Amino acid sequence: MITQQVSVFIENKEGRFLRVAELLKDHNINIISFSIAETEEFGMLRMVVSDPAKTVKVLKEGEYSARLTDVITVKLPNEEGTLFGLLKVIADSGNNIRYMYTSLGDDGPIVIKTTNQEDVVAALKKAGYEV
Amino acid sequence: MIWNETKECMSRDELANLQSARLRKMVSRVYHNVEYYRKKMQQIGLEPGDIKDIEDINKLPYTTKQDLRDNYPFGLFAVPRSEIVRIHASSGTTGKATVVGYTRKDIETWQECVARILVMGGLDHDDIVQISYGYGLFTGGLGAHYGVENLGATVVPMSTGNTKKQITMMEDFGVTAICCTPSYLMYLTEALEENGMVDKIKLKKAFLGAEPWTENMRREIESRLHISAHDIYGLSEVMGPGVAGDCKFHTGLHIAEDHFYPEIIDPETLEPVKEGETGELVFTTLTKEALPLFRYRTKDLTSITYEKCECGRTSARISRFKGRSDDMLIIRGVNVFPSQVEAALLEVAETTPNYMLVVDRVNNLDTLDVLVEVEERFFSDDIGELERLSKKIAHTLQQALGIQPKVKLVEPKSIERSEGKAKRVIDKRVLD
Repeated sequence: MITQQVSVFIENKEGRFLRVAELLKDHNINIISFSIAETEEFGMLRMVVSDPAKTVKVLKEGEYSARLTDVITVKLPNEEGTLFGLLKVIADSGNNIRYMYTSLGDDGPIVIKTTNQEDVVAALKKAGYEV
Repeated sequence: MIWNETKECMSRDELANLQSARLRKMVSRVYHNVEYYRKKMQQIGLEPGDIKDIEDINKLPYTTKQDLRDNYPFGLFAVPRSEIVRIHASSGTTGKATVVGYTRKDIETWQECVARILVMGGLDHDDIVQISYGYGLFTGGLGAHYGVENLGATVVPMSTGNTKKQITMMEDFGVTAICCTPSYLMYLTEALEENGMVDKIKLKKAFLGAEPWTENMRREIESRLHISAHDIYGLSEVMGPGVAGDCKFHTGLHIAEDHFYPEIIDPETLEPVKEGETGELVFTTLTKEALPLFRYRTKDLTSITYEKCECGRTSARISRFKGRSDDMLIIRGVNVFPSQVEAALLEVAETTPNYMLVVDRVNNLDTLDVLVEVEERFFSDDIGELERLSKKIAHTLQQALGIQPKVKLVEPKSIERSEGKAKRVIDKRVLD
């Protein structure tokens, strides 16, 4: 399914992720999945959380630049060849993956951002994935 | 030694008479040849005949850099273009450069003033002088060059850059003096030390200018290179390097007062301050033909003394500069105003984001970091987008400033604010 991911701009400096994690903990927000992309000076923290709208509100109040982005979340059994199968469906649909990350728990979803989200969701559904 | 004892050591009374005569002639010439000044004088009901002696100088209107820009390029020239033998220009704040011109006689005056300073620092015609100021529109290179030639010493016209070659020439030619910016000499000093060259070269003197520097820097340069370092001051609007310089006693910079009349004013009230008090330095050119200026506001803060110097010269001396009365920064010898950065950011981002300039000196070279807060509206989930924004800002700033800054995207509200107002500049360079 299409889920709202929270993206946050953070500087590439010590303790920056910690401050965000603390802020969310204090507001009882659970981080289900996350990834950090890094450049020389800044980082991009992307996460799927228990309450996206509240998270963005909390972050903005904390003077962070944050925004919601639509991403695809897919459940994938932790077994041989399942990732291959998923990637093949996306590739065959003619779409490119911009980024992708996994979850913290065993049964958490895989998060995918592609060039054409609806197209990929349709292709995944057709292939029988739990989207 | 004194290059021009008649002029440099004349009694204060004689000097005042000379200045008065030159001022009268200059005002009359400007009134008849420069429409801009004529109108300004007419507006305040001033006629050339009202300027009888040097004391009357305070009746004249002030001139600022903006006046030069408004008359770009040749509007303030007081001679026909055919009499101009040279043009120089300095970087402008918003695109347009400040253009200055010289007649043949102006070039002679200039090389005379530079020669005075070189001799003040102990040079003579036996010296070999490396000019490591930039040659070109900037007045530093050619200004120093002509002065050295006038003195009769040997010029090595290196211009800037290529430090390795600079050192080779210095050693092979037996260079005894160098003219460059203080920060470049610091850089060169390090390179000389690293290569074990300090004892192999014959360098004895340095004439440093175009950038603010300190007594500590002077002492450091002198002890590391075993030389004596002198300050040479000037600005293109008034002439270029050679307006003032310091002698071996280092008790202030002697002004070539027979050519440039100095005043120190309060930059707020525009009233003169007392001798010894700090204020903005103002110059009236007494002999310049091409671009004579009334009371040009340099924005440089200093104080003045009219006491006779131990060296025997009677000329007024200004103290080391204590800063500027505007927010101009000099970075790698280039003039930078925070307003230029603001304008460039406006161009990229449509409205100005919060930003801060961090100026530092790393390995003796100035660095400029521009911190820009990533506000909500610039923020995208796409990292490529943010990197493009950063590059676009860097490119626009480079076009506007003429130097390459490093752009850093930072978190919103991370730039220090005092009383709600963001601080725009942090200058970490140590200038005491």
